[in-house]
Amino acid sequence: MELKDKLVSSFPAHEGGTDVRSPLHRIRTEAMKQFEHKGFPSKREEAWKYTSINTLLKPDYSLFPEGGKGLEFEEVKRYFIHDIDSYRIAFVDGRYDEGLSAMAHEGFDICLMSTALEKPGYREVVEKYFNSTVNTEDSLTSLNTAFLREGVFVHVPKGKVVDKPVQILHFSTGSEPALLLQPRNLIVAGENAQVQVIERHQSLSDHPVLTNSVTEIFAGKRAMVDYYKIQNDKLSASLIDNTYISQERESHVSVHTFSFGGKLTRNNLNFYHRGEYVESTLKGVTILEGQQHVDHHTLVNHARPDCESHQDYKGIYGDRSTGVFNGKVIVEKEAQKTNAFQQNNNILLDDKATVNTKPQLEIFADDVKCSHGCTIGQLDDDALFYLRSRGIPAREAKALMMYAFANNVLESVKIPEVQARINKLIARKLGVRMGFASEE
Amino acid sequence: MLKINNLHAGVEGKEILKGIDLEVNAGEVHAIMGPNGSGKSTLSSVIAGKEEFEVTGGEILFEGEDVDELAAEERAHKGIFLSFQYPVEIPGVSVTNFMRTAINETRKARGLEEMPASEMLKKIREKSELLEIDRNFLSRSLNEGFSGGEKKRNEIFQMAMLEPRLAILDETDSGLDIDALRIVSNGVNKLRSKDNAVIVITHYQRLLDYIVPDFVHVLLDGKIVKSGTAELAHVLEEKGYDWIKQEKVSN
Repeated sequence: MELKDKLVSSFPAHEGGTDVRSPLHRIRTEAMKQFEHKGFPSKREEAWKYTSINTLLKPDYSLFPEGGKGLEFEEVKRYFIHDIDSYRIAFVDGRYDEGLSAMAHEGFDICLMSTALEKPGYREVVEKYFNSTVNTEDSLTSLNTAFLREGVFVHVPKGKVVDKPVQILHFSTGSEPALLLQPRNLIVAGENAQVQVIERHQSLSDHPVLTNSVTEIFAGKRAMVDYYKIQNDKLSASLIDNTYISQERESHVSVHTFSFGGKLTRNNLNFYHRGEYVESTLKGVTILEGQQHVDHHTLVNHARPDCESHQDYKGIYGDRSTGVFNGKVIVEKEAQKTNAFQQNNNILLDDKATVNTKPQLEIFADDVKCSHGCTIGQLDDDALFYLRSRGIPAREAKALMMYAFANNVLESVKIPEVQARINKLIARKLGVRMGFASEE
Repeated sequence: MLKINNLHAGVEGKEILKGIDLEVNAGEVHAIMGPNGSGKSTLSSVIAGKEEFEVTGGEILFEGEDVDELAAEERAHKGIFLSFQYPVEIPGVSVTNFMRTAINETRKARGLEEMPASEMLKKIREKSELLEIDRNFLSRSLNEGFSGGEKKRNEIFQMAMLEPRLAILDETDSGLDIDALRIVSNGVNKLRSKDNAVIVITHYQRLLDYIVPDFVHVLLDGKIVKSGTAELAHVLEEKGYDWIKQEKVSN
């Protein structure tokens, strides 16, 4: 059976247990209709021109895993940023793992999505925010909504600052021959609230895993949200991520995406401005090899005046790996004094590596500053010779240059331990020991 | 230390060096002068091992060993240093970290342990004082946004850190004001010893007032056409290169 048919036919059973009068039931049923109508995206669609998910649809995925054995923290410790105190919510094969988690309910809520959706106390928040930012035209988002079972709910009320970063980890153990995961996160930061989130998806086996993740972030007036996505999964795992961000007046939201692993990764990152003096930061480092593929699709919708957005994506592509950067900036007529900056720089290490980069600016206001630049190049021979003439071997010299190339994206990472971890991952990915990476 | 025999080299099939002979011994300072396009920078790049240049004839012996098959880094490990005419900017890598990497890679290649951090810091402090380099400068990205003078001073600082046996200074005087010229020359002179050698490549005699050479060679159209003592540089300053060209023709 085709995956789509399988999903469509299993929906009623999935939805069976739900209260048919709940708003959730209506949303999910509507989403299912959307998905059934549109199906999976194909390369015929402009937004999917360079990314084919056809091979990802082949395995006979388990949709409702029974949940395998639990994991001991020591087994998976290295996938956490474990040298900091943090709130943790971990899932194993789609199911919440209490042993790996440390939630919070004092002053703010860091808990399970299922709890939030079902408990009457959260009803108001969920009804106000849940599924309200998503693009209902996106069939994969609709699919996630339709099959929504679990995920993370973070609610930081007005004026509260979450004292430690929140880590969200999804493990898959290989208990099923193939697994489809559809996690969902809802982050609501009230006026003046602050929270930092680190998200990671990690397969522990070589069984195929496809994760179709959706995250909604709401930043209230003057709220600050920093979100870090660490993508360093096994080559048997693929990820499609849709993240939607809604920002009120004077809020700051940053999303850093570090894409080093996985077979295919698609990041759809969408920012919507709902007030003036908003700041949005979108940064990414991508380092690929083999036949890996990463596609970054960003959208910043400047709908209000006096807002800023900063995009900076760096990519290093080796072997036959392929990358896509499609950065869309819309400046609506009302959005005067917009300052939108976009940069995408790429290095191709091999003849067979490719990258497609496309800035898309749609500007309807007349008093704005918008800049974009993209480059695709090789490592500079003169610079390499310079480093080698100082005794640094070719391999290390190349790594040093690539490190330097990617490095400036790390400067805006606000959690030093995350910065250090990413430094290490970059060093490992580039295959060198880099003493300089941890300095300064 | 360095012995170059009938060296022919070029780039993309075009011959630039057309039979160079040069012998440099420990403790000596040689100046190579010549007009633009005579092959001065090519000679320094070829000795340092830049791959885009192809050696088509002759040999370069360093400490008796033919360096033709050696990569740039291997030549550096043996003690050859090139001060660049145009040092490259490397954003994101600080001067300090760059030097630490270069020194430890060189030590590794020589079978030595990494330099202890305290020793490294001491050395950095000592050498930066010699070149009158500010501490803040050392944590800046390598050459990024440096003025011409800062770049050249940084080159000599690197030379001081790496302590090469043979240092080739390619147009180190270009872009230097008189103060920077004094600092740079002073640095080079302090580093001179009976065990190392310096090749100064320059257009102008000016630098040679500060770094006094034992020998001066004139490079013209890919060949050394005249050699002499420091006095030759003064003659060149006064009379230019034309008389040598004529002398060459009449010979």
